[in-house]
Amino acid sequence: MSTPTLIPTVEVQEDFRARAHEALGDSQLRNNFRSAMDSLMTKRAASFSDAHEREHLRALGNAIRARALSKLPELLERLEQNLTRNGVTVHWAETVDEANDLVFSIIRAHEARQVIKGKSMVSEEMEMNHVLAAQGIECLESDMGEFIVQLDHEKPSHIIMPAIHKNAAQVASLFHDKLGVEYTKDVDQLIQIGRKVLRQKFFEADIGVSGVNFAVAETGTLLLVENEGNGRMSTTVPPVHIAVTGIEKVVENLRDVVPLVSLLTRSALGQPITTYVNMISGPRKADELDGPQEVHLVLLDNGRSQAFADSELRQTLNCIRCGACMNHCPVYTRIGGHAYGEVYPGPIGKIITPHMVGLAKVPDHPSASSLCGACGEVCPVKIPIPALLRRLREENVKAPDSPHQVMRGQGSKYSRKERFIWNAWARLNSSPTLYRAFGFAATRLRALIPSKVGPWTQNHSAPKPAARSLHDLAREHLSKQSGDQ
Amino acid sequence: MSAKQSILAKLRKSLEGTTPVADNFDEALVTEPWTYAPEQRIAQLRKQMEAVHTEIHLSTEQAWPELLAQLVRDRQLPSLLIAPGTPHGQRVVEHWAGHPELPALKAYDRPVEEWKAELFNETPASLTTTLGAIAATGSLIVWPTREEPRLMSLVPPVHFALLKASEIHDNFYQVQQRQNWAAGMPTNALLVSGPSKTADIEQVLAYGAHGPKDLVVLILEDQ
Repeated sequence: MSTPTLIPTVEVQEDFRARAHEALGDSQLRNNFRSAMDSLMTKRAASFSDAHEREHLRALGNAIRARALSKLPELLERLEQNLTRNGVTVHWAETVDEANDLVFSIIRAHEARQVIKGKSMVSEEMEMNHVLAAQGIECLESDMGEFIVQLDHEKPSHIIMPAIHKNAAQVASLFHDKLGVEYTKDVDQLIQIGRKVLRQKFFEADIGVSGVNFAVAETGTLLLVENEGNGRMSTTVPPVHIAVTGIEKVVENLRDVVPLVSLLTRSALGQPITTYVNMISGPRKADELDGPQEVHLVLLDNGRSQAFADSELRQTLNCIRCGACMNHCPVYTRIGGHAYGEVYPGPIGKIITPHMVGLAKVPDHPSASSLCGACGEVCPVKIPIPALLRRLREENVKAPDSPHQVMRGQGSKYSRKERFIWNAWARLNSSPTLYRAFGFAATRLRALIPSKVGPWTQNHSAPKPAARSLHDLAREHLSKQSGDQ
Repeated sequence: MSAKQSILAKLRKSLEGTTPVADNFDEALVTEPWTYAPEQRIAQLRKQMEAVHTEIHLSTEQAWPELLAQLVRDRQLPSLLIAPGTPHGQRVVEHWAGHPELPALKAYDRPVEEWKAELFNETPASLTTTLGAIAATGSLIVWPTREEPRLMSLVPPVHFALLKASEIHDNFYQVQQRQNWAAGMPTNALLVSGPSKTADIEQVLAYGAHGPKDLVVLILEDQ
């Protein structure tokens, strides 16, 4: 069985619209997503069978996250103190480059060649696999879904189910081609193939990398939830464990994780709990026989402090990365995760990515939503995602001379022409004289409306004003009535 | 300015003039829906754990070593990893001494570096104790120790776990409070709620992803 080679992932091309258009035409992809999202929605609903309990728990989850964010600097310092006391080394990074440098310097200090990774979305932000591969370090994903996408030089299409865009037959071909195993579509057999390859890698690895679901300030504990055991393997077998996480993942007390874990696993997978809840509070002690000799935590900002600076946008950082918003999103379900072209797809991606990469790089994200509200309704920590999308739409068209600098890349969709049209529209609708004149002109000149009006008519027929306005008809109706009396 | 100072300065500036959100943690929300009568706890735990393919056997303080021996034989396991330095490990040693036909016992008595290959390749099963369990979610509480290190419940494909019925708690919150977890956590603490599993391929559930393929729980009812 050959080792999977570590060629950097294929860069996504074109812009969001082109990728979305392409995805919509891919019936296999649409089937894969539709059936997976339907199943995830059903499971979540079943696990929250008591609506009363669910709503109170969501309110508590929101309050816990809001409390943690309201004292974030203090909690981060307490977390660092307690982790340091427990023997964990804490590092801070403002950018992904700084975070990669920190990780690489730890790897170099140990002359490590092989890194095994538990699932970590922050490491995806860092493009850690790519960066380490360029330094000649093998960096292998061990979550089954992540392993599959890495083997196919892809990126995850879902934050919880990275390979959800593939069906078993596609995985079977991939394993056959890349691992040289006999073709099988049997999921149990495919998982056993993955287990065998990765067991050897856990055994050999010099460094284990993981993410963090919750960092508890009170006790200095890193909590990871997972079903497979690869997270436990990655954080326990190699002599060095490096955890990477965003600065927003801290919670104040150990008891705070009780409702949050419940909300997370039920919202994500409809499970009352994951197979493993792994609470790491320190490296191996002198008298212990296993566990890593060193544990490091890298705390990454990468735009989070920008979201934090605005009290409305700060709510973005409530996120506990359950993926329920994407599972329930009619847009995500139709175009899949790759169309977004960024690490975090779906509704949460649309509100967090602009802070990480700048709004100018993802100008279409805030408007790729029907604002149906499903994401906000299912969010376990009550992030008002639709409201934040509307807010980002405003930031997107903010005038360049606006004194309010809220986010990097704001105003990239600002157009003087559009602004002029909207101002004129506002005038028109607030001045009775102008409105009447416009109504008169629109109804009399309706035949002159062109049949093609920009992108609207790609999927709709052109709007055609009625022969007579409602005002006009109402006036006539009322005058008739008074005439009758 | 270091990255730490810079990040904290930005966060502090953003919070200027604000007051921290009050701690209004309502413990009833995480306890009341998850409270069981004493006689229901085993049934609730069982329901949750069996739903995710855990094998559960009821036994007693007196009889469990014999049941364990039977289960090991039934599975035709060539050896069993135990902790001879613990009281329950000693019980296994004593029972095995009277039955020379039983498969070999192994001890995790040296640092993993000294026997990593054997642990990974030639250790098919292990026995560990638990610190109790959580009925609400069907979770075993495992705090690895020097005698029963972290990998003991993870690397062998079959994991036998001993659980005293009297140590089955209602919910996670209650466990944290009763065992006073906030006062000091071990280097590693775990909730284990079944054998390792994944649904990463087409949402099809498969067991034995990276951790144990089989989790077998022996509940000791007279304790």
